Amino acid sequence: MSTPLVSVQDLGVQFSGNRTASALNQVSFELGSGEVLGLLGESGSGKSVTLRTLLRLYPHNKTQISGHIRVDGQDVLALKERELNLYRGGTVSMIFQEPGLAFDPVYTIGQQITEAIRAHGNTDKASARQQALQMLERVQIPQAKQRYDAYPNELSGGMKQRAMIALALACKPKLLLADEPTTALDASVQIQILLLLRELQQETGMSVIFVTHDIGAAVEVADRIAVMYAGRIVEQGPVAQIVHQPRHPYTAGLLASSVGMENRGQPLVVVPGSPPDLAMLPPSCSFAPRCTYASERCHRELPPVLNHGKLSLACFHPILPFMEAA
Amino acid sequence: MTTSLLMPLPAVAAPGRSYWAMVWYQLRQDRMAMLIASILLLIIFSAIFAPWLAPADPYKASMLHRLLPLGSEGHLLGTDELGRDMLTRLMYGGRISLLMGVIPVLAAFVIGTAIGLFAGYMGGKMNMIIMRVLDVFYAFPSVLLAVAISGALGPGMSNSLIALTLIFVPQVVRVAESVTTQVRKLDYIEAARMSGAGAFSIIRVHVLGNVLEPVFVYSTGLLSISMILASGLSFLGLGVKPPEPEWGLMLNTLRSAIYINPWLAALPGVMIFITSIAFNLLADSVRSAMDIRR
Amino acid sequence: MNTNLTPRTPAPDRGGPAQPMLIVRDLKKYFPVRGNLLQRKPKFVHAVDGVSFSVPKGKTLGIVGESGCGKSTTARLIAHLMAPDSGTMIFDGEGVAEYGGLELKEFRRNLQMVFQDSFASLNPRLTIADTIAYGPRIHGIAATEANRLTHDLLARVGLEPGQFGSRYPHELSGGQRQRVNIARALAYDPRLVILDEAVAALDKSVQAQVLNLLQELKAERQLTYLFISHDLHVVHYLSDYVMVMYLGQIVESGPVENIYGEAAHPYTRALLSAVPSMNPEHRTLVSPLAGDPPNPINAPSGCRFRERCTHAQAICEALTPTIMEVGNNIHHQVACHMNNPMSGHTETIQEISA
Repeated sequence: MSTPLVSVQDLGVQFSGNRTASALNQVSFELGSGEVLGLLGESGSGKSVTLRTLLRLYPHNKTQISGHIRVDGQDVLALKERELNLYRGGTVSMIFQEPGLAFDPVYTIGQQITEAIRAHGNTDKASARQQALQMLERVQIPQAKQRYDAYPNELSGGMKQRAMIALALACKPKLLLADEPTTALDASVQIQILLLLRELQQETGMSVIFVTHDIGAAVEVADRIAVMYAGRIVEQGPVAQIVHQPRHPYTAGLLASSVGMENRGQPLVVVPGSPPDLAMLPPSCSFAPRCTYASERCHRELPPVLNHGKLSLACFHPILPFMEAA
Repeated sequence: MTTSLLMPLPAVAAPGRSYWAMVWYQLRQDRMAMLIASILLLIIFSAIFAPWLAPADPYKASMLHRLLPLGSEGHLLGTDELGRDMLTRLMYGGRISLLMGVIPVLAAFVIGTAIGLFAGYMGGKMNMIIMRVLDVFYAFPSVLLAVAISGALGPGMSNSLIALTLIFVPQVVRVAESVTTQVRKLDYIEAARMSGAGAFSIIRVHVLGNVLEPVFVYSTGLLSISMILASGLSFLGLGVKPPEPEWGLMLNTLRSAIYINPWLAALPGVMIFITSIAFNLLADSVRSAMDIRR
Repeated sequence: MNTNLTPRTPAPDRGGPAQPMLIVRDLKKYFPVRGNLLQRKPKFVHAVDGVSFSVPKGKTLGIVGESGCGKSTTARLIAHLMAPDSGTMIFDGEGVAEYGGLELKEFRRNLQMVFQDSFASLNPRLTIADTIAYGPRIHGIAATEANRLTHDLLARVGLEPGQFGSRYPHELSGGQRQRVNIARALAYDPRLVILDEAVAALDKSVQAQVLNLLQELKAERQLTYLFISHDLHVVHYLSDYVMVMYLGQIVESGPVENIYGEAAHPYTRALLSAVPSMNPEHRTLVSPLAGDPPNPINAPSGCRFRERCTHAQAICEALTPTIMEVGNNIHHQVACHMNNPMSGHTETIQEISA
């Protein structure tokens, strides 16, 4: 098997401040070229932290990072300033939840995309502008030529999101990080953006890490899903397996508590309680207090992460055996 | 059957304490703030208890002992151009300078908040009328306006107080109105309106608390400016009249002494400097301590 | 369950069981658009443009639509947070704040609202207990009584009173804050509760907890809900009747089985299929709706949906469709030319495969 594009091993991130919070613990995953990984989890699970650490967006003095990250052969944690600037946008790019936030309100979107292109290579103004226009058309913004000269506040939410995707893809990155890009959008726009992402991914062959708390969105775009809880990946596997035969009780709980058409009239199955405080994580399984399968061992020890190829599981009492053939 | 949510709540720095207790707690942690506060307290203390603490009579002049340098016998900080003890004059001067610094800000705080709340909550035309009228005052540079009003009213302490208050009211109204307008749109005000409460109750319970904080912070920043302006007015002859001791006035009368004894002439200025910087820095610390979202 | 709870005094049922809790007729609200001073004729946003519906007692009406369709404005009009430009509202058989009707303050006891932004709807300077007790105090309940009520309500919504009562909003999670908002609404002992995207901002597992709580409370206290959301699954779960809005107008309304089973408006069908698939083997291939939700300022002539509708014909531009029944079902109504064989439209919705 060829070397994966992204290799994250034992990534740990701690934030020091008033209190020390362990945002990530022993996070490991790999991503091949052209693969789409969905990071599924709720608030505080560490999914956004993972993305931002991949881009090294956190301030140096307040963050302690341990572990290894390799993207496209580079050791990301060792990159220096100049290399880091080329890395961001050139190798790895990101789109965010709030479509308006990526743009500076006093410049047109065309100007900003052009600026990004020129920052990553020695392109002259005319060809950079040409490339920017092409990107805007590729993300299916109607009347791209006029929109090129539009200011961010003149665009609707869906347009801004498309423009943000254009900005992110302008320098042809190998890896796209998407941090809940459709959460703030209406369902009708959401599905358009999801389809667009899928199309662009197939066209360009780039890899995507898609963070979301909406299982439906993850199912639409991802090949594999990694479920995160309290800063760890508790389960990882192909999307069909996760959705139809989840191993970890939390995954099963998440799936069960999603409201579907068949739930009407009955109380919903809930995962009782709420996620733990990241500053006070127990040395045992952090899901145990809410787990119906928990045993005494779960309250004592931390379950190790079992890895087998692209599958992972961290649980003493999975619902289905880890290695059972589906 | 209740849906259970009985999980231990994450520990917060000071659970259950009242707001002001929390602010005090935060302030005590800030060592710089405590140092500055003690200096300021010392100055205020010596100003208040000047009649008992001062070594001499601030009005007693002596032509023989004019402009004695610092460290002279019996006069720790020397004497001024009329032979009066500097240390005493500075201590007594502190009373007036501090008063002239604090009172206008206090008055502007009260008046400005009231007007700002009213304008902000009313919105629409009423808001526009009030704000545009105040803009006229706001358009003038404060020093110029202070001098103009003082000049029109005539010299004297009460006139300077009025002038300074008039300078600061538009500024405070601006802050108060802006915050009130923002707060007014928030959902919890709509929720309060849904309670059936009258406008007065809503303003008092929901709007006021949220407006007071930024206005208070802004006002503490005004203290140092007020002190300097007040001293400036006295320097120009528009504030306190001689022989009253007041730092600004003292700066003026000691001007000619600058060739004879520069340290002496600078002393009142040093006091103004120290006090206003102390107010400024303390205001900063209080602002961070008051941030409810530590 | 705690038996020595504070005795409740719900607002009296004036109209009897057959009277709908709420009847709304032809509600309109236009907002002026601030143009430049030189504009002769001021432009208006037709936020709510002729909305009529009724809500039976003890039922849940779900209102769905994209952003800008006017559902939140409708909610605020019903809650009397702003005055409508025209139209009438009848609450339990009586008008509100008009001659011979309910007084506004008394009305406030009957109708309460839970907002979407759980953080912005709580005063950051008041403790949770003070926030909940504020309403009852306004209505004349004594302090000790109000405190007991707060205590019971916090326990009922799943927040331990001793622990949570003295907390501030920023110390709570989103789900906990939303429970506080629900408790606050219940403190008035209301009969109708408007839930304006109340669970939209919550994590899915927390959402499930809150939805269960809402259902339990509805049964316990015989509440009527007006549930506004853009999440069709949640609306299906909670609602008995559903109303679909587009650009300030109702395009379809009816019992939930009819709307979800045999939707008669192309917009409703498109919304239903825009929900992401949960099955990796059957992913969505084509987006059912193109473009963005339209701008309410320049509403198209005729049927407002025609620019995004794949079945639009000439008649749709010329004539605005009126609300009519679907088939023989008097409860299921739709505003579409395809439903009306006399309109001149050549297709019917049944011919088009869903």
